[in-house]
Amino acid sequence: MLKIENLHARVEGKEILKGLNLSVNAGEVHAIMGPNGAGKSTLGNVLSGRDGYEVTAGSVTYNGVDLLMLEPEARAAAGVFLAFQYPVEIPGVNNTYFLRAAANAQRKARGERELDSMQFLKLVREKLKVMQISDELLHRAVNEGFSGGEKKRNEIFQMAVLEPQLAILDETDSGLDIDALKQVAQGVNMLRSPERAFLMITHYQRLLDYVVPDFVHVLADGRIVESGDKSLALKLEEQGYGGIGASHPAGVHA
Amino acid sequence: MNSSMINESSSAATLRDNADVAEVLGRSYSAGFVTEIEMTGLPPGLSEETVRQISAIKGEPAWMTEWRLQAYRHWLTMPRPDWAKLNIESIDYQAISYYAAPKAGLKSLDEVDPALLETYEKLGIPLHERAALAGVAVDAVFDSVSVGTTFRKQLAEAGVLFCSMSEAVREYPELVQKYLGSVVPTGDNFFAALNSAVFSDGSFVFIPKGVRCPMELSTYFRINAQNTGQFERTLIVAEEGSHVSYLEGCTAPKRDENQLHAAVVELVALEGAQIKYSTVQNWYPGDENGVGGIYNFVTKRGDCRGDDSKISWTQVETGSAITWKYPSVVLRGDRSVGEFYSVALTHHHQQADTGTKMIHLGKHTKSKIVSKGISAGRSSNSYRGLVKIEKGAEGARNYTQCDSLLIGKRCGAHTFPYMEVKNPTAIVEHEATTSKISDDQMFYCRARGIGEEDAVSMIVDGFCKQVFRELPMEFAVEAKKLLEVSLEGAVG
Repeated sequence: MLKIENLHARVEGKEILKGLNLSVNAGEVHAIMGPNGAGKSTLGNVLSGRDGYEVTAGSVTYNGVDLLMLEPEARAAAGVFLAFQYPVEIPGVNNTYFLRAAANAQRKARGERELDSMQFLKLVREKLKVMQISDELLHRAVNEGFSGGEKKRNEIFQMAVLEPQLAILDETDSGLDIDALKQVAQGVNMLRSPERAFLMITHYQRLLDYVVPDFVHVLADGRIVESGDKSLALKLEEQGYGGIGASHPAGVHA
Repeated sequence: MNSSMINESSSAATLRDNADVAEVLGRSYSAGFVTEIEMTGLPPGLSEETVRQISAIKGEPAWMTEWRLQAYRHWLTMPRPDWAKLNIESIDYQAISYYAAPKAGLKSLDEVDPALLETYEKLGIPLHERAALAGVAVDAVFDSVSVGTTFRKQLAEAGVLFCSMSEAVREYPELVQKYLGSVVPTGDNFFAALNSAVFSDGSFVFIPKGVRCPMELSTYFRINAQNTGQFERTLIVAEEGSHVSYLEGCTAPKRDENQLHAAVVELVALEGAQIKYSTVQNWYPGDENGVGGIYNFVTKRGDCRGDDSKISWTQVETGSAITWKYPSVVLRGDRSVGEFYSVALTHHHQQADTGTKMIHLGKHTKSKIVSKGISAGRSSNSYRGLVKIEKGAEGARNYTQCDSLLIGKRCGAHTFPYMEVKNPTAIVEHEATTSKISDDQMFYCRARGIGEEDAVSMIVDGFCKQVFRELPMEFAVEAKKLLEVSLEGAVG
């Protein structure tokens, strides 16, 4: 589904990704771990199309299409979903309203029929039930006044409603206590399917206890330096990143 | 409106038939003269003669003419205001015509400016309303007689008086004499004085004791409206324990050759009465370079005359090259309440200097101000608010919130709050925020599939929610659409 080849990317003039290679197929769950400054968030931002990130070499192909040519809205419509590390607040904009606008914008771009508010509400309530999330979420403004855990749960809920093909979780585990982490993990697990792929960018190994990955990659100094299965994560937890021969560059944490 | 109703209200017909009036005015206006004026309007220029002519054309009683003349004489002594943070090219008052002839009705929508029709389309205005708004002869397209009749019947049953100001001067002179100018005296300010001298028409509303007006009153349904727009004068009186909600304006852009608009709106709420006055106005803002826009100077004031009365102003305004308006409430009665909710959007080269005044006189009076300014393009948006707590206003409370939202890098927002507090038991709170639509918010929306323009609309709508909530529902929907249309091209 996703093929990243020799990706080089710059932020604020500094090269962060230095030849990253990665292949992800439908149905797979990949975890990306690495020290600070290695380029984890840069990868997430480049894939979702954020301004300020310049790709200087390499390619990203998504379902045969050059992903880097698409605007962020088009990537979303194509089924790419980024669960943000720091979800922003949008005061006064109702959560349900926002989600419906997003869902319909994507449907329209894909030439699908848009949902009216009744249909959408039905869809949303189904998802809430499956994900075991309280429906009081529906009445609140997007992330306004949400705790860290609530924001992350909201991201997962949006994922459930928008049904992406490629879900990128950008340090979803950061700032969460054990209970919140378990809830988020539960949500992710419920969304696993043969048609969907997950790319989990994570700092600690904890999340991987609950969302068991098929592949684990170590991102260091702008490149994937090692890949393995879930046991690699445990090894990293014990030995730290030093054992992989990764440097610890100071500088821009993208 | 069928043509016979229009002729009935024509004051020229009244004048032709009533030589007494001419005598009282000390002039003899031949019927021909009046008809001619009707057809062509008065030539530009303002003098006592002009004022008399206007009054004569409208067939007004002597007391009304004299009231106008006093206002005019006072106006001559007043200096032009220039303290607002506005770039106003000097207005030449002698270059304006103070009585415009009624426009010849257009025969069909084909004669209407296509740009105007496009805006109606974008704003979702129903087809049959477009014709009326564009000035097409209404009876050709829309059977308003039936609508008007049911409406009037309901009001008559409730005892509510709702008609044009011109009609009220003729039909209800005692009421008009009692209340006109009691909230905004003719000498109150420069534009109020001008308006008092030359006002064309407006609304008159009277709600008798204890009556809850059975429907929202809208200017759209004000039958027999004469040439309004330029110098509109409105008076709403709510007797003890009565309630009324009044809607002014519409989202359709008002294109008007008359550049200067100076309106006066007076609200009187007696004991226990409530008046809600909502405005959604979309004036023609001038083109992208600010040429040809309307100058909109409005004095709006409510008098909470009785104890436990309440007056709320809610407005959503876009357009007009220059806006100068400060809806205010005088909280005279004990425990009276004044509210002001506003969204003012400026774009391109528009300048807005708006705000409100809450004057606390009575005890335990409360006021609430929520002002949201949105600036885009090269525009400038100023909020100027006065909260005045007089010595006798024991236990007065005010809450003011001014939020500014800037879109783009070349616009400006300014806040000038004034608080004069002469009573130590008063509590006055003021909060102000200034924000931009952040890049993070924009990206969040786009990463979910929402395009840039839709994202801006959505975020702006969220910003305005507190104010939109106060609008009657249909107006809220229109207001939202209006903002969306007005914000086109604001991004990037």
